[in-house]
Amino acid sequence: MLSRTANDLFWMGRYVERAENTARMLDVTWRMSLLPSGDRAAGDWGAALQIGGGEDVFAERYVSANARNIIQYMVLDGDNPSSIYSVFRLARENARATRGTTTTELWQSLNDTWLEVQALDYDKIAKRGFSRFFDWVKERSHLFRGVSTGTMLRDDAYFFQRLGTFLERADNTARLLDVKYHILLPAGEPVGGAIDYYQWGALLRSVSAFSAYKRRFHDAIWPQRVAELLILHGDMPRSLHSCYRELDGLFAALRELYRRDFECFRLAGKNYSRLRYGRAESIFQRGLHEYLADFLDRNADLGAQISSDFMLGN
Amino acid sequence: MRTPVHPPAVPAFDEMRDAGGLVRPAYDRLADWLTKTPKSVFRRKRQEAELLFRRLGITFAVYSDDAGVERLIPFDIVPRVLTAAEWARLEAGLIQRVRALNAFIHDIYHGQQILKAGVIPEEFVLCNAQFRPEMLGIVPPGGVWAHVAGIDVVRVDEGDFYVLEDNLRSPSGVSYMIENRSVMMRLFPELFSQNRIAPVDHYPNELLSMLRSVAPPHAGNPTVVVVTPGMYNSAYFEHAFLADEMGVELVEGQDLFVTDGFVFMRTPQGPRRVDVIYRRIDDDYLDPLAFNSQSVLGVPGLLSVYAQGNVALANAIGTGVADDKSIYPYVPDMVRFYLGEEAILKNVQTWQCREPDSLRYVLDHLDELVVKEVHGSGGYGMLIGPRASTAERAEFAARLRATPDRYIAQPTLALSTCPTFVQQGIAPRHVDLRPYVLTGRTTRVVPGGLTRVALEEGSLVVNSSQGGGTKDTWVLQE
Repeated sequence: MLSRTANDLFWMGRYVERAENTARMLDVTWRMSLLPSGDRAAGDWGAALQIGGGEDVFAERYVSANARNIIQYMVLDGDNPSSIYSVFRLARENARATRGTTTTELWQSLNDTWLEVQALDYDKIAKRGFSRFFDWVKERSHLFRGVSTGTMLRDDAYFFQRLGTFLERADNTARLLDVKYHILLPAGEPVGGAIDYYQWGALLRSVSAFSAYKRRFHDAIWPQRVAELLILHGDMPRSLHSCYRELDGLFAALRELYRRDFECFRLAGKNYSRLRYGRAESIFQRGLHEYLADFLDRNADLGAQISSDFMLGN
Repeated sequence: MRTPVHPPAVPAFDEMRDAGGLVRPAYDRLADWLTKTPKSVFRRKRQEAELLFRRLGITFAVYSDDAGVERLIPFDIVPRVLTAAEWARLEAGLIQRVRALNAFIHDIYHGQQILKAGVIPEEFVLCNAQFRPEMLGIVPPGGVWAHVAGIDVVRVDEGDFYVLEDNLRSPSGVSYMIENRSVMMRLFPELFSQNRIAPVDHYPNELLSMLRSVAPPHAGNPTVVVVTPGMYNSAYFEHAFLADEMGVELVEGQDLFVTDGFVFMRTPQGPRRVDVIYRRIDDDYLDPLAFNSQSVLGVPGLLSVYAQGNVALANAIGTGVADDKSIYPYVPDMVRFYLGEEAILKNVQTWQCREPDSLRYVLDHLDELVVKEVHGSGGYGMLIGPRASTAERAEFAARLRATPDRYIAQPTLALSTCPTFVQQGIAPRHVDLRPYVLTGRTTRVVPGGLTRVALEEGSLVVNSSQGGGTKDTWVLQE
């Protein structure tokens, strides 16, 4: 396999995962904006922009941060490299460049996705219903992972693509939690009211963790437990712990295939043990925001190390 | 817009029916199927075919469009049929021609016997932009130059094939030969049980065997790669397709580098030596150190590795000198000179406008001739005299007078026609054929090729860039 191919596969995984997470985040924002506490909606849309990144570019090009503009920017704007439109285009381009190492079915699935996305505009999405559209994006991402898992040879091509998926997912979950936690937890106010229930419930739902929370804790929704679930619980598939468990398995497979060690294995192992053996109390003692900011840096460092170990070909 | 003239000036050879309207043997079964199948079925099948091509991503880019725009080449669902006897003659002619062309290229980079013997004027070769002095005295691994040749042939009557053009650099289209067949088999499986049709899908296997056979001797189990200019190239789909079918890496220039006299590719596990490069980029872009220094597509130092015999390139550098339209008229002479045989495939009569007598003849007969650019391809920059307006002919005449060296002229051939499914139903349309000739230790042709069809009534331009389509091509087995 070529280094360039490894890079394309890695980013293919990242792009599709990013599309899914953007859809999840916008979906929850959209649902929240329908609640009677509508005065908070503007803040929610702003947060969506903050989680997705690129606020500066948005501010340059759009007058107001209203729902329509933010959806336009994060879903359809071809000039925003992280919009759902752009990441599906890039994923499809990468799929096209790596057809030799993936499967026809994988290419067809991403090509179909792109053909549909290409034909979209705001009015079409509005007519179809926003939630239906976001569900569709999630389904395309589920399909992507399903087709990969169901058809690809378990060789380095598969491993690199999956590395992209979980590195991106860890990044996105951490961002979502970091931004939302602070918005939802105004200083000095008591928690546990009805609004909190819906707000925190929506956050959990956005990462498909609502019923998982109920089953795990048999309790009302407490912010610290939400954070604990999304960071430390290895059985919750979008948690940071869970992402790193996947990454750890993929690096083990690469080590076996290549029969040697790379620096990124060490970095990943270090991050994984912090999640595996970390305790919720110490996270909150230190401060959740500090913890997550530090995690995002480490996660980004791992991405850079993967690139330097495998994708430059020196 | 130009209105096509119909019927063609010269009555064309109809491959399905003879002058009396009787079906020729090759189309025996197919004619029956064409009559019995309702138009609605053809229409539905054509839609299915288009969907298959689009889903498989079998597209090509058109240069005049914005970068990255992808189009489908129209596919005609009526196959073109050749009998075993017709194919046998064509095959023998192709093998003979490509052997002579390979001998010619070797000769001009070594002893230049054919120039010394005065068979071809020296300046046609030595002053040709495609002549690569860097290759003088170099013997490519295996002694092969044109490993993959696409020879464009047309029929004008029952017996003969004429060669329109030899493509010896990196001829494209073979993926359509294979995919057209695979789509036909999905759409009309019954046709394949009723007819004995020679298979074509082993082409990538033949290609790989050929490429391995020309590896440098040290290679052992050679590593073969396909080099593409990248995904915005019009033939990118084909590059990817062939690499995939052969199970080898599809690489770009940036994936390769030269060190210690060998070529390596960058992999996650570090550098890996490359022994055979099936390159789909032009000579000019191969090595910025040797050729176009602006090229970012190539590999710096590649030519030096090649000259040391440490990597094989298919096709070799400098084959373009033999497929130039100014050399074309001499191919039958090459066959005689190197093989001592008479050419089985005919050449189309060609006037070189650089010769004053020829230029005069061409200017006097512009309304009968096809005028082409010597270095042109893809159907761009040509004049089809009988179809052109007076103004267009006058404009071309001016160009001919200004730069006669750049043009050749040929009679307007009445290309044969094949039944084709068009708006009005099944109707004859003009076709050509590009079979693919592979040369390693031996020269072989996979039975069939790419049939291109001019979908517009009366049109003789079959190029996909100009609205032509393709057909599956059947060679019947005895």
